[in-house]
Amino acid sequence: MAKGQTPSQTVGPYFAYGLVAEQYGYPHTQIATGTIAGEGERIAITGRIIDGKGEAVSDAMIEVWLPEAGFGRVGTGTAKDLSFTFNTVKPLRRSEFEAPSITAIVFMRGLLSHLFTRIYFEDEAEDNASDNVLNSVPQPRRTTLIAKREGPGQYRFDIHLQGEHETVFFDL
Amino acid sequence: MSATNSSARDWSSHPPLLYPPYRSTLLRAPTRPLVPLKHERSERSGPVYGHDRIGALDHDLTRNGARTGEPLGERIIVTGRVLDEAGRPIRNSLIEIWQANAAGRYIHKVDQHGAPIDPNFFGGGRCITDGDGRYRFLTIKPGAYPWGNHPNAWRPNHIHLSLLGPTIASRLVTQMYFPGDPLLAHDPIFQGTPEKARNRLISSFSLDATEEGFALGYVFDIVLRGSNETPFEHH
Repeated sequence: MAKGQTPSQTVGPYFAYGLVAEQYGYPHTQIATGTIAGEGERIAITGRIIDGKGEAVSDAMIEVWLPEAGFGRVGTGTAKDLSFTFNTVKPLRRSEFEAPSITAIVFMRGLLSHLFTRIYFEDEAEDNASDNVLNSVPQPRRTTLIAKREGPGQYRFDIHLQGEHETVFFDL
Repeated sequence: MSATNSSARDWSSHPPLLYPPYRSTLLRAPTRPLVPLKHERSERSGPVYGHDRIGALDHDLTRNGARTGEPLGERIIVTGRVLDEAGRPIRNSLIEIWQANAAGRYIHKVDQHGAPIDPNFFGGGRCITDGDGRYRFLTIKPGAYPWGNHPNAWRPNHIHLSLLGPTIASRLVTQMYFPGDPLLAHDPIFQGTPEKARNRLISSFSLDATEEGFALGYVFDIVLRGSNETPFEHH
């Protein structure tokens, strides 16, 4: 018998001690952190989550998934500038139509259902041009999915919830 | 890592991104339509955390935060099954929970509600579903608490749950409510859920799950997206 999906509800403002306790200094372990092990090119991806007023969100949680390497989870409430950082392996392209990318999930107070997006890399322009998913996104919005290279192994990926630079979010 | 297929997120069961009565959605809900994405390897897989990652008291919130004695409040048992849309159990899957104490106060540093912290209650826990998809927590019934959404706004009693499920696509964060709570009618987070699906968020009191002389039992089954069949690749 087909069963209806249990509805999503917001993660709310008080998830830190339950989901990212070590990062926030609570006496409880967490199942995943901002560091994802893996052999290959080690990179750091830093960004902020920006609301419709242009302000950085202090109570969001972002998760990333790399099937080749693992799962990461960080809250935006502990860095002074309210940024998140993932130290991870840089993924390789998975096929001629799949450029290197990282799946990201965003949760926060004010989101009744979580958001999915993807992180691509500025210095993989050739692979990006043949990526099926990027090509399915209207051209002017593709740049919102591409992390900027700020130095060797350093990338910037800001997530804009609204406004002119609103990030592409996926229904998947 | 597990690999499986997942049906679409059924938006007739989930709250919309913009729901103005819940004021925090106004500056945080994306304004442009979601872009459909055909599942690739990344969406057909997800992290797996086994029993080895779970501490002996992780499922027992009546004991995992105790320092000098037992927490105050009404002891409850929260149990149920995690199922796919075909009703099949989702086994060996992680559930994390967090909640306010009996007085309606979270241990979180940002919570400024004037109700007391309970020195013997932390409010966070986790467990892994068994071979029937079943989970079981021991905890304290959380209290209602005020919030700033609108005048005289109070959250109904609730427990937050986070589930990984078999794939990233089946990821779910939700809240479990209690039967008969008069605050449900006034809560924009609950009311933002499509009407036909709201009752799926309310647990049932169960005498079978109740332990004589110890704790009341509530049953809450959770249905994740997808049909947990033998994995195969779409081309």
